[in-house]
Formats: sequence, C-alpha cells, structure tokens
Amino acid sequence: MSFLSYLVSGISLGSIYALIALGYTMVYGIAKMLNFAHGDVIMVGAYAIYTICITWGLPPYVGVCGSIVVCAVLGVVIEKVAYKPLRKASSLAVLITAIGVSYLLQNSALLIFKSDTKSFTSVVNIPAIDLFDNQLHIQGETIATIVVSVIIMVALNLFINKTKPGRAMLAVSEDKGAAQLMGINVNSTISLTFLIGSALAAVAGALLCSSYPALSPTTGAMPGIKAFTAAVFGGIGSIPGAMVGGILLGVIENLSKGYISTQFSDAIVFGVLIIILLFKPTGLLGKKINEKV
Amino acid sequence: MAMLEIKDLEVYYGVICAIKGISFEVNQGEVIALIGANGAGKTTILHTITGLIPAKSGSIMFEGTDLLKTPPHKIVSMGMAHVPEGRRVFQNLSVLENLKLGAYTRKDKAEIADSLKMIYERFPRLEERKNQVAGTLSGGEQQMLAMGRALMSKPRIILMDEPSMGLSPLLVSEIFDIIRVISESGTTVLLVEQNAKKALSIADRAYVLETGSVKLSGKASELINDESVRKAYLGE
Repeated sequence: MSFLSYLVSGISLGSIYALIALGYTMVYGIAKMLNFAHGDVIMVGAYAIYTICITWGLPPYVGVCGSIVVCAVLGVVIEKVAYKPLRKASSLAVLITAIGVSYLLQNSALLIFKSDTKSFTSVVNIPAIDLFDNQLHIQGETIATIVVSVIIMVALNLFINKTKPGRAMLAVSEDKGAAQLMGINVNSTISLTFLIGSALAAVAGALLCSSYPALSPTTGAMPGIKAFTAAVFGGIGSIPGAMVGGILLGVIENLSKGYISTQFSDAIVFGVLIIILLFKPTGLLGKKINEKV
Repeated sequence: MAMLEIKDLEVYYGVICAIKGISFEVNQGEVIALIGANGAGKTTILHTITGLIPAKSGSIMFEGTDLLKTPPHKIVSMGMAHVPEGRRVFQNLSVLENLKLGAYTRKDKAEIADSLKMIYERFPRLEERKNQVAGTLSGGEQQMLAMGRALMSKPRIILMDEPSMGLSPLLVSEIFDIIRVISESGTTVLLVEQNAKKALSIADRAYVLETGSVKLSGKASELINDESVRKAYLGE
C-alpha cells in the first residue's frame, strides 16, 4: 500500500507543480520569456493568505480570494513595469530583469514579514479518508489539491480553446503581427496571460502551504524552479505539456523519496529531466520548432 | 476625396531610410498596384499603413482618420484588412479557427456565419479542409486561407502583399482571378507585387517604386506599354 500512498501524494504535489508550470509555460508561449519571478508570486500569494486569515482572522475562502486578486494584480503590474519596456530587448536583458524582480519580491517579503518561518494554517477543511482497511491514508489537503487542479486544468483548456480571449492568446503566441492584423490587442492579451498565470500561482501557493505549512520569503523559490523544470519537461509553451510534466515530476519526486533516498530526490528529478531532454530536446509534448527561412 | 491617402510618408529602420517621402492615393473601388524590385519598400509601406511598423513622418489618411494616430488593433474594424507577405496564417490552428480569427472584431454571429458561407463558396478548398491544421496546407491553400481570413473582417479595402509569391504559374492565375472577383464585389484593393505583368493586368492604376520613392505612376494600361517599365520590370 505504501506505493499507492506515495503515488497519491506524488500526484498531489505534481498538481501543484503543474499549476505553477502553467504560468511559466503560458507566459513563455506568449511573451517568449522565462518569468523567473513567477515562483515568488506564489510566496506573495501565501503571505497574502497568512495576513488575511491569521493576522486579520478572516475565513479561509476570503484569504484565498484575496490572494488570487493580489497575485493577479501583481502579475499584471510586473509585466507592465518590468517586462513591457523590454519587449524588443534581447532575451538576456529580459531574463536578468526577471531574476531582479524575483529578488525584489523576496527581499520585500523579508522586510515586511521578517525572516522567521511562519506556520501556515491549512485553508482546506476536508477530513482525511482511509481506504483499504486503513492501509491507505489520504489527507484532506491531498484530495483538495487534486480536485482543484483538475477543475482548473479543465477550465483553462475550455477557456483557451472555446473563448475569444483564449483564441486571441493562441494567435498572439504564434504571431503577434498577424494577431494584431486580426484586430487583437496584443498588449492586453499579454496582460491577461500574466493575470491568469499569477492567479494560478496564488491557488498553487494556497495549496502548497496547506500541505507543507512553513512559510518564509524563499518559499516560492524551490517549487518555482521545480515547476519550471516541469514546464521544460513537458515542452515549454505547451499547456498540456505543463500539466503532464508537473504531475510526472511530482510522482517521480515522491517515489524517489519513498524508495531511493530523501536527500537525493531532487538530484533524481533533475537527472530525469536531463535524460528526457537528451532524447527529446523539445520536451515530452513540445512542438518541433519550425525555423522560418 | 480619396479613400486612402498617403502623404510624404517617411519610414526608417534605425538610421536607414526605407521610405523617402512617398505620396499616393487609392480611390474607392480601384485596384492599385505597387510594383518594384526587392527592397523598393513595397512591403514596408503596407506594414506602415496597418501599424506593424511606425512611421517617422507624414500621414496616412483613411476615410478621414489618420492611421498613424490610431492604435493598430483598431484599424481592422475601420474596414481595412491586410493579407501579409508570406501569408502568416496561424500554423497550429485549424482552417476554421483561422477564419474565425479573421472575424475577431465582429460581434454579430449570424453575419459571421454568412461571411463564412460566402468564403467557402469562393474557396471550396477551404471548406474541404476546414478542420485541418493550417500548417499542413499547401502554399496556394495557405494563400487562399490568408485571403479568406482577411475577407472575414468584411473589409472595404484589402491590402495584399505578394499574393503570388512562391506559387506555381497555374495557381498565380487562380489567385489573380480571385483578386479580380474581390474587386468586382466592391472591395478596394491595394496590391503589392513583384510579378509586375500580372499586377498591371488587373490594376486600374499603378505606382512604380524604386529604393523608397515613387519613380513612375499612372494608368496600368499605359504603364504596361511604357518602355522603361517593360525593360526594368517586365523583362522585355
């Protein structure tokens, strides 16, 4: 039964990675940039919940909604202030700016909330369940994470493939000029992408800190890097790729922790990434890049 | 008043002057051809009109509005569509999705459905392949898709950039027949072409461009017989 237990918690952790990876991959798809500040948006979202629910004592759903709003606004502001002026700059300049924004967010959190680790109270209020004569114990947080992630992924897919703003995002990610000729407002479409990506990061932050309740200014860094790995693993720019990549990454990580070594689990995860990229450089579901001649 | 009036247009790429004070006009219902060699600035002019690249100075008046002062994404809903060079269809989307994006600024679903029907009648190949991903179409089909996509916005003027590029002679004739039909249905056409002979054969008037300025202009029927045009552009 321990295998099932590792698997379920791996899927749960992987769903969180997938939610974060969606933000990376959507932004990469549309703005062709790696938003390394994305992981820190998760941390900001978690602090927003902490402030609303613990400092102000408001109920968890207010905290989660508030956190989504804070992160969505933050994502749009980051894009407008930091990335938009660099839209025609070299990708290296944008990358360095993203790293700068990441440090800015971490150090702002350090100033406001200090360096001590805050203990986060779970926003999930679902009882744990026991299956197979109590051999398999599943936490309420795990169930909530998986259910919420599935709902979000289905909704996101419907949004992108069935709605006008979703189609506009696909068009802009393929060819900004041609999209503009269709009458699509490229700037607001990019803003919308940052808004959605950051809102997903807020949800991921709430779920992450509910399962692993220690919050500090660097909380977002490692999940951010893992989720970025997941996005590359699945094929950066591909939305189904981010989902598959995230879940696989979580499962691989948890199984390595369970069967091989807790200390080496991260090394194994990144090792698998390297091997996959050696054989499939565009990631599992990544599209072949057609160079225009 | 001309439908589209370009005055003293100057466009720079960095320090290089690509368009050196060009003026020309397009009247309602006309087919106007811009012809000239590679690098003459034909594509640059079209890109400047629809806001893909900024101008340094001059004005582009479209039915009384200066397009240089209009946000680029608003231009299509004013009645101007642009079939860009190299087609630039959305390769990963289906034919139908591409066509629907052409009607992005339109709201009335019933009217959009009518336009789609009209385009399928004009381009039966697109209907046959409506669920196929655009990247898998042949060059000629992609050109038809790009034209159909532009027509989905119900334009009063359509800008076409090198529609014959890379197509077989048979397809070139087919594309030019379609342009003629589009013109006959009342849409004004501004055509950029390297295939000067074909372009002059369907145009009312033409402007001959050379390194960023207008070298010659006049009725297409006269230019086609002009000695210098025949030598330089018709290969005779």
